[in-house]
Amino acid sequence: MDIIFNKVSHIYQPNTPFEFKALENVSFHIQSGSYVAIIGHTGSGKSTLIQHLNGLVKPTSGEVKIGDYVITPEKKLKDVMTLREKVGIVFQYPEHQLFEETVEKDISFGPQNFNIAQEVVQKRIPELLKAVQLPENILQRSPFDLSGGQMRRVAIAGVLVMDPKILVLDEPTAGLDPRGQKEIMDMFYRVHQEEERTTILVTHSMEDALKYADHVIIMDHGKVYMEGPPLEIFKDQEALNNVGLDIPEVIQFLNKLESKFHISIPFRGQSVEQLGKEVAEAFKRGDKSE
Amino acid sequence: MSSFIEFKHIHFKYQQGEDWALKDVSFHIEDNEWVAIIGHNGSGKSTIAKLMNGLLFPQEGEIRVQDLVVNEETIWDVRKKVGMVFQNPDNQFVGTTVVDDVAFGLENHGIPREEMITRIDNSLRAVNMEDYYNHEPHRLSGGQKQRVAIASVLAVAPELVIFDEATAMLDPKGRATIMETVQQVRETKNVSIVTITHDLNEVTFADRVIVMNEGKVWFEGTPREVFKQHEELQKIGLDTPFVTQVSRVLESKGINLVKEPINHKELMDELWTLYSIK
Repeated sequence: MDIIFNKVSHIYQPNTPFEFKALENVSFHIQSGSYVAIIGHTGSGKSTLIQHLNGLVKPTSGEVKIGDYVITPEKKLKDVMTLREKVGIVFQYPEHQLFEETVEKDISFGPQNFNIAQEVVQKRIPELLKAVQLPENILQRSPFDLSGGQMRRVAIAGVLVMDPKILVLDEPTAGLDPRGQKEIMDMFYRVHQEEERTTILVTHSMEDALKYADHVIIMDHGKVYMEGPPLEIFKDQEALNNVGLDIPEVIQFLNKLESKFHISIPFRGQSVEQLGKEVAEAFKRGDKSE
Repeated sequence: MSSFIEFKHIHFKYQQGEDWALKDVSFHIEDNEWVAIIGHNGSGKSTIAKLMNGLLFPQEGEIRVQDLVVNEETIWDVRKKVGMVFQNPDNQFVGTTVVDDVAFGLENHGIPREEMITRIDNSLRAVNMEDYYNHEPHRLSGGQKQRVAIASVLAVAPELVIFDEATAMLDPKGRATIMETVQQVRETKNVSIVTITHDLNEVTFADRVIVMNEGKVWFEGTPREVFKQHEELQKIGLDTPFVTQVSRVLESKGINLVKEPINHKELMDELWTLYSIK
């Protein structure tokens, strides 16, 4: 399912003193199966943007297309449930949305609303628990007796159980420790690859955008400020600095090597291990030739 | 009696029958010192913060803040000395304007009006929010909200300010302003600072780091000493900054860095000493 934004604007409380343009003339095309990172400061329009993806809000002008589903300002949303079945959103701090008595009931709540038979859900659960790395004996426990990291996994399972074609992640690792962050991000990447899902990640982490995304959209003041493959985007440090963003540390490091030592090592997604090796070799070659 | 705060063999659990959240934890924090506390989720970091200003009390052991033993009788005096800034910028406002909000804490401590005015001025200036007196807190950005929260704490003139993951919910710009504010406060006022954080770059600003693991003090040392524990840190679910990781590889490939660099500048300077083209 492709996602197409065509000159989308969204204005909150139009024609009042509180009028606020959250999105202004936003256009882009996200190919089915891609992994897109949306980056921008608080207030840059990211949250408003993702709320358009499953019809939580409608554009004030322009058009949003999710596969065959078209959202326009004039028309009422028809059969919006068919859209929401395909677009799963993991909101910030999703564990705040847990409410059921047991983990199993909480995970099954979404599918019930979409009239998916209980047997089908039951079949999916073991696989799902494996994906989010939770033990099976957790199913009968209260979600509120779990640790923060476990609660978040339960909430994520509640979205994945619908097997959405498009998965939207709004800062899914906020508040987790470094290991928890990595585990969750790697898990989403597996889920992304396995089912040829489209994944949209809203993040402040340039490192994550560089590591996982194949396309980056930089938002600023409700507009698309830059767009392209991560390596292209992160070449332009000045443009990013102008909107208060920075480039990933690894690229900062390589840029400094270049400007200070004239050592040029292009970044191709090397691991720190590989990169360190290349840097060491470059220094030694330079040292010898002197 | 030199330390500002002292934890002596603290044991704490949240509920009967549960495991200890803190097991035999002892440490001290000096006057005017900046200590970072790191550890994985559930390692006991935030429990320590809540024990420091009497939001919780230990089952065993003793906590001293200067000459006061922290208990139900002394908490009001302790809280004048120990202020706390929490994680969620939206959960710590009571006033309808910035100035009312800063005044709230002072009213609770019974500060006379004349002095309140001076203190509010000074503390809002300390966090660069003096232009926002009559703004509504909920209309501020996350970083601005946290700065007002810091001002509210500073107004009470504490001798220690605890930042309990105070930057976790902010974007990079917000984080940077808070870290600048903390550094500024530390330079201009005579306060000790405790930052509880997952952000490794924030850790590098501290004088000393306490690493918590499963309710125990796992390591104590300077940021440099802590990041030397590279593999060990990873085993307990923590990480080291990018610069430390690269330095590690460079050293293994025969580049002899003299001291453990903890930021880009230090690493570049070391490389410069070794390899500059004359």
